[in-house]
Amino acid sequence: MPVRVQTEDFDAGAEIARLRAGNPKVGAVAAFVGVARDVNDGGAVAKLSLEHYPGMTERALEQIVVEAHARWRVIDALVIHRVGSLKPTDQIVLVAVASGHRGDAFQACEFIMDYLKTRAPFWKKEVTPEGARWVEARAEDDESAARWQARQADVG
Amino acid sequence: MIKLLFFARLRDDLGCAQEDLALPAGVDTVAGLRAYLMARGAIWQEALARGGALGVAVNQDMAQASTPISAGDEVAFFPPVTGG
Repeated sequence: MPVRVQTEDFDAGAEIARLRAGNPKVGAVAAFVGVARDVNDGGAVAKLSLEHYPGMTERALEQIVVEAHARWRVIDALVIHRVGSLKPTDQIVLVAVASGHRGDAFQACEFIMDYLKTRAPFWKKEVTPEGARWVEARAEDDESAARWQARQADVG
Repeated sequence: MIKLLFFARLRDDLGCAQEDLALPAGVDTVAGLRAYLMARGAIWQEALARGGALGVAVNQDMAQASTPISAGDEVAFFPPVTGG
């Protein structure tokens, strides 16, 4: 199961070990862990809650992983994203990609993360000293995702 | 009937998470549905008047203004996503 949405924390080391277990074709694993910070947009953040669109979220993440497989030589990939109540220092997301060589693993991992940020239906709400607020989307995230479209246009 | 879903800030602004709606006569695209909902009043007008920043999914796939809608569909409206 390459995509999981869950409230529980995850053990990145154990997940990475499982991803490549017993497969001698794997020469590289690239992994990204996103973590909750205690500050955003200049304000202190005490807690955050993550909401998602059940069903569509899993579907969107699976489509992103399928696209990564189509673009790079990916042996296996895993996405775990937490929802519910989180606090600063908590892990939010894990993306891990196993491949024969590091180039494919690094690029596919970054691609999955960039697309997740702009296409997977999650929303963050932060609790700050001034009250709760919905996190605003960032233009830089759209730009990061758009880079991959430009690269594909170059190739195709 | 169609099933409408609203998420995150949009749900808060509208005070509505889910609604079953008889597909209004003449509404057959996302743009048509959005215009129909915006005509409900000031709150709807304001919440759904966010231009390109408003996300829409039809049957759990990202949709465009021109995406067709028919009876039985699940249509979700939401703000730009902020996961990761």
